[in-house]
Amino acid sequence: MAKEQLMSYEDAIERFEVVIGLEVHVELNTVSKMFCGCANNFGSEPNTNVCPTCLGLPGSLPAVNRKAVESSIAIGLALDCQIASNGRFARKNYFYPDLAKNFQTSQFDEPIAFEGEISIELETGEVFMVPIERAHMEEDAGKLTHVGGATGRIQGAEYSLVDYNRAGVPLVEIVTKPIYGALDKAPELAATYVRAIRDIVKSMNVSDAKMERGNVRCDANVSLREKGAEKLGTRTETKNVNSLKSIENTVRYEIRRQAFILASGGKIIQETRHWHEDRGHTSAGRPKSDADDYRYFPEPDLVPVQPSQEWIEEIRQTLSEKPALRRKRLQAAWGFADLEFRDVLNSDLLDEIEATVSAGASPQSARKWWTGELARLANAQQVAVQDLPITPEQVASIQSLIDSGELTDRIARDVVAGVLAGEGEPAEVIESRGLKIVTDEGALIAAIDKALASQPDVMEKIRDGKLQAAGAVIGAVMQEMRGQADAARVRELILERAK
Amino acid sequence: MSEITPDLVRHLASLARILVTDQEVEQLAGELGVIVDSVATVTKAVSGDVAATSHPIPMANVYREDVILPSLTQLQALSSAPDSTDGRFKVNAILDED
Amino acid sequence: MTEITSSSAAVLAGLISSKQVSSVEITTAFLDRLEKLNPKTNSYLYFNRENSLAQAKKADQQLADGTAVSPLHGVPIAVKDNLTTTDAPTTAGSKILEGWVPQYDATVVRKLREASMPILGKTNLDEFAMGSSTEFSAYGPSKNPWDLTRIPGGSGGGSSSAIAGHLAPLAIGSDTGGSIRFPAAMTGSVGAKPTYGAVSRYGLIALASSLDQIGPVTNSVMDAAMLQDVIAGHDPHDSTSLPDSLGSMVQSVKEADVKGLRVGVIRQLSSDGFQPGVKACFDDTIEKLAAAGAEIIEVDCPSFEYAVAAYYLILPAEASSNLAKFDSVRFGLRVTPEGNPTIEDVMAATREQGFGPEVKRRIILGTYALSSGYYDAYYGSAQKVRTLIQQDLAKAFTQADVLLTPTAPTTAFKIGEKVDDPLAMYLNDVATIPANLAGIPGISVPNGLASEDGLPSGVQILAPAMQDGQMYRVASIVEKLYTDQWGASLIARVPDLEAL
Repeated sequence: MAKEQLMSYEDAIERFEVVIGLEVHVELNTVSKMFCGCANNFGSEPNTNVCPTCLGLPGSLPAVNRKAVESSIAIGLALDCQIASNGRFARKNYFYPDLAKNFQTSQFDEPIAFEGEISIELETGEVFMVPIERAHMEEDAGKLTHVGGATGRIQGAEYSLVDYNRAGVPLVEIVTKPIYGALDKAPELAATYVRAIRDIVKSMNVSDAKMERGNVRCDANVSLREKGAEKLGTRTETKNVNSLKSIENTVRYEIRRQAFILASGGKIIQETRHWHEDRGHTSAGRPKSDADDYRYFPEPDLVPVQPSQEWIEEIRQTLSEKPALRRKRLQAAWGFADLEFRDVLNSDLLDEIEATVSAGASPQSARKWWTGELARLANAQQVAVQDLPITPEQVASIQSLIDSGELTDRIARDVVAGVLAGEGEPAEVIESRGLKIVTDEGALIAAIDKALASQPDVMEKIRDGKLQAAGAVIGAVMQEMRGQADAARVRELILERAK
Repeated sequence: MSEITPDLVRHLASLARILVTDQEVEQLAGELGVIVDSVATVTKAVSGDVAATSHPIPMANVYREDVILPSLTQLQALSSAPDSTDGRFKVNAILDED
Repeated sequence: MTEITSSSAAVLAGLISSKQVSSVEITTAFLDRLEKLNPKTNSYLYFNRENSLAQAKKADQQLADGTAVSPLHGVPIAVKDNLTTTDAPTTAGSKILEGWVPQYDATVVRKLREASMPILGKTNLDEFAMGSSTEFSAYGPSKNPWDLTRIPGGSGGGSSSAIAGHLAPLAIGSDTGGSIRFPAAMTGSVGAKPTYGAVSRYGLIALASSLDQIGPVTNSVMDAAMLQDVIAGHDPHDSTSLPDSLGSMVQSVKEADVKGLRVGVIRQLSSDGFQPGVKACFDDTIEKLAAAGAEIIEVDCPSFEYAVAAYYLILPAEASSNLAKFDSVRFGLRVTPEGNPTIEDVMAATREQGFGPEVKRRIILGTYALSSGYYDAYYGSAQKVRTLIQQDLAKAFTQADVLLTPTAPTTAFKIGEKVDDPLAMYLNDVATIPANLAGIPGISVPNGLASEDGLPSGVQILAPAMQDGQMYRVASIVEKLYTDQWGASLIARVPDLEAL
């Protein structure tokens, strides 16, 4: 495909107003599927989590999963939405081989949640209220594999294979209203918004929220209009963008591409597009056409869900704190500098550090362990820090031994290594590896005297005020004690003896 | 005068994924025209303030609890497939991308 | 053996439970007869002697072991071929499903198995139950045992001809706009459509989900009541099935008493458009009821005028979506055109060749009714007509306990007579459709032979939603008025099929 021409981002923003709209699909982590009792399970053998209902066999019928509705309501409440008293399902009719019934059971004009908003804080501290139009329930489709041809893509494939394990997995689609006024921040706002949604559904534990697995997927709508114009421009919809970085890049790219076309007198075609992260651009998919007549009508195989006020309130009670508020609260309570706190957020360690602090460690020491030594070890082993076999409680207990002077930082690292090696609780590691710090001053003094005897000039130097000379003796003492001494205390003892 | 034109029949048949010959299009346009003229009387029957009924008996939904029920085996799932391979349903290449 | 095959299911059940005749003997009698006569009536699309007898044998064993639980234990039954069965192909009368053996049993079929009722076979129907004559079956029409040149009604003509021809003592049908009641009227049998949701639809190959309901086709009202008691009940697989039981229909039949009964006659369905002989039979039924002490009241249901039109928008709309799954991917026919076809080409060719003309007509009509720009005028208006019909009925039921109409406008017509005139065919269901639109129960009971052609006529009894018991009570009263007069059921007068 010919490379598309782009306007520079600065010029595009200078000349046009950007309007974006975001549709985020969240896969719920229910045990079973939306409308049948098959496992909602990633990575099973193909076509093993299927039954007459999710295979769309003749005669089969759907039955609504209570937990899926509960999670959908929870998401709606977290986005300050109103919850429908009559949430009706509808059929969206179109033919596609990954859609078992050739209609998707979704919601149309009576979504479970509607009219909400969420505040999004950009890196600069600027806050945007993003208006939410609706959050509705629907089912996922199966998975297609295109075989033959060069790239595994649709074009050029010889045939396709269908696995319906994912068919019928519950989804919540969250749709924003058009977002105006983000100006040059539109790409960042889009990505930050999706991250906020991801954080919310993760903190509520209604989704595994792994973007790389497609648990959270975004369709980004972008349109431009001349500054001051009333009428909205024609929009494009870039489908299934599945990383935060890609979302930012997609929006930025579409702004530049559309700006070039509009500035040179061209017209934007209303179409779906696809983002190619590897090549850094979007490409045209299918233009919108008559074929998009989805013929929605009320799903006659289901009766509307009518959540009672009591149920909604019950769900509201279980809602966890909103991530943005929680972050603000924790940063203030811990007294972290912005940069320190951003490190914590970027490495996704808020939960671990909070748990370590709750278990008694100081916030700074907890931060240092997780973003320092543990992150380094995880990196060396090529695993996520969160997946290291050590608990926040264990980290806190090791830190408390440092605070009481029973471990040095260095010995503590050995204890951590022992815990990670599966040698048991910190106390067991200390016991079995013989890592307890030597606090018996008699033994220390004996070792100091022995070292001084072999380096007789040291005392002289110290008395002359060259205190750094003590270093050589400390080194010898630590070696004698096999590292299990508090170097600061050894230094104090040496200086005392020099008096 | 019926609004069912041959072009409309072609469009509807394509939405419904049914191949139609030109001869069938003509015939269907005629037949459907007569039917549509007849059923269009419903538009005269109702005014705006009548509620729509999509379910004949008002009832509350009975939820399914979120528990796993037995699935089909892969063999059962594929047992009536016209074609399959590698545990999956096999179909001809797909035309349009979405 | 003649006595066995012409007995009611209630009698057969008594013979089995008292161990006078075994289920194997009864099942054998019906298998012998249907193997001989099915070529004449084309009632069954599939039967398998060994399989039916194995089920009968099991039923006899349970009886010997004292583990029989059902009142219809061991009584064999025919099942309409739009219900899934794991041990028999299920075609819904369509080429597109030829040879498909489902991976699961319909809930109703499971209940029959749990009641130890051997399944004799799968009965013919108009393709996907779209029709009222079985002429739209891809496997040829069934014939009416009263006159083999005539239709047995549809879509459930396989079941009705099996009952009237004594090729089964009981049958299961499905009724979307009259597919149980109309064939019952055409063949002099009894056919009941329960309240929407009384019987689970799980495993019923859907025609129009908001209208479809499964019900009994039988020789007598008591048989129908017994069968409904076996198949009814909430099913977690069907969200539209009623959460609560409607009680015992058999009990209602036993309590039948005409005293204080208010019978409504619908003005819009008692005058124009009925064959004179059918109208005469209906008037006779009303007179008999009045003579027996019922109060007769004329009620007005003005919206019924639009019922057929609304029905032929709602049904095709829902059907167009329900039938989308027939796409050659997971089951059924696949037609691969020449050249280098895409899956889209394969789907379109499969659906072109796999569906018959009436199915295609209705799918395209339904696609139209739902399509952008037409939805409000057509589907939307039709849904509103539904509300008006419910309101008319609600008002009528404050005046009367039940409403009576002739079940069908005519007696059985000749095969081929209406097959090329869709509109004429659609009008067969004019009296039965309102019950489906409103979800209320309706039953057809034979009320004589039309004087001009000597063919059976039926009277339809409608009751308020969930009052299926009331419907059976009155049906039993009507039936008794006639059996008292005739000394036997109407069906006893069906010609000897072996001689035809």
